[in-house]
Amino acid sequence: MKTVAVIDYGMGNLHSASKALEHVASKDTRVIVTSDPKVIRQADHVVLPGVGAIRDCMAEIRAKGVDDVVHEVVESQRPLLGICVGMQVMLNHSEENGGVDCLGLMPGRVKFFGKGLVDETGEKLKVPHMGWSQVQQHRDHPLWKGIDDNSRFYFVHSYHAHANDDAMAVGRCHYSVDFDVALARDTIFAVQFHPEKSAESGLKLLENFLNWNP
Amino acid sequence: MGLAKRIIPCLDVDNGRVVKGVQFVDIRDAGDPVEVARRYNEEGADEITFLDITASHEDRDTMVHTVERMASEVFIPLTVGGGIRKVEDIRTMLNAGADKVSINTAAVFNPEFVQEAADRFGSQCIVVAIDAKKVSLSGEPDRWEIFTHGGRKPTGLDAIEWARKMEQLGAGEILLTSMDQDGVKNGYDIGVTRSISDALEIPVIASGGAGNLDHLVEGVKKGKADAVLAASIFHFGEYSIPEAKAYMAKQGIEMRI
Repeated sequence: MKTVAVIDYGMGNLHSASKALEHVASKDTRVIVTSDPKVIRQADHVVLPGVGAIRDCMAEIRAKGVDDVVHEVVESQRPLLGICVGMQVMLNHSEENGGVDCLGLMPGRVKFFGKGLVDETGEKLKVPHMGWSQVQQHRDHPLWKGIDDNSRFYFVHSYHAHANDDAMAVGRCHYSVDFDVALARDTIFAVQFHPEKSAESGLKLLENFLNWNP
Repeated sequence: MGLAKRIIPCLDVDNGRVVKGVQFVDIRDAGDPVEVARRYNEEGADEITFLDITASHEDRDTMVHTVERMASEVFIPLTVGGGIRKVEDIRTMLNAGADKVSINTAAVFNPEFVQEAADRFGSQCIVVAIDAKKVSLSGEPDRWEIFTHGGRKPTGLDAIEWARKMEQLGAGEILLTSMDQDGVKNGYDIGVTRSISDALEIPVIASGGAGNLDHLVEGVKKGKADAVLAASIFHFGEYSIPEAKAYMAKQGIEMRI
């Protein structure tokens, strides 16, 4: 029996992520929503979701000791998937909430889209960036298998990520600015969009994650 | 390579059943919201909205169960509206698998509820539904007011000011229904849609009045809506979602096809 731990640190809706993982998981895989470090340590695959304000997310991550467990998961080279704010917290720092230091699993920063955004034709762009945007597969990765380049995924966010090292940027998007929406390093994969809400492309990515044994 | 405009079919759900039956010929149970949502997902709907019109409080558990089933089977964003009055209602729906909740009347009577909800759960899942009606007379500058109780009760609140206030309090999105147009199928009220979309930074969903595909195009192009919500034109099989998307794309609107 394989296990997938979806880390529950009290921030938001884990139902969608766990249901989508169950939907694509093989019969011998169990999806467990948990905050128990013991369960997370023993899981074969680990998912770090996150919604809401990053300050609150980081506070809960620290309060529940999730930071230590996540570092252990990375050190023991088990596949780790970050989703949305779960991706942003993997970088060094976010400028949200007046500036928040994050986990630093991948060097990079999270910035605000800003107000009064316009596109190339002068059309106003709303913030949050909400809806289906195309993701350019900047680099090959096992998690892109079976997903067409420039497929659309569902996004909801007001802050965007930038890896310091371009080698880690595996997916990019453009919304007034270019930013990184999929980052990878060793056994870590992290996405800004919501694969659990991105219909077939998203389910395929989750399936690829569960089949990923780097 | 940008953000696609969204098409959102809306289902009125009463005690776990779709009201005003959806007419897909090859669907097993057109009264089951989950079955209908699955079908819309297959057709390429960008999101689904369930509007709970269940009258009795006891029957609301049925909606929770419906949302749970939807979240286990259909993997696109789901908004649940109707009867969201307390923080506990939001928690229940989000835990059941809704991605967003839509707050309507409760916001009018208690605007701070929107702030409390956004603080607690994040703006990304708080949609504020605004029912607006034109109150200016001909010859006067356009003015729209917020109405409650299905468009029967005026509140004296200016629609544009109100939308701005909702944004400040933490709404992540506005679902704007024009009460003059709702069910009439003469098209969205472009004036109020445009005015609110121009006044806000957050996305605006146009609702009420879509009767053909040109109305969807107008909602986006003239009304500057970020998404269009429609019910009957899809439910009764007049148009399919792929048809609507192809038509809008042909008019130069970026769509997820």
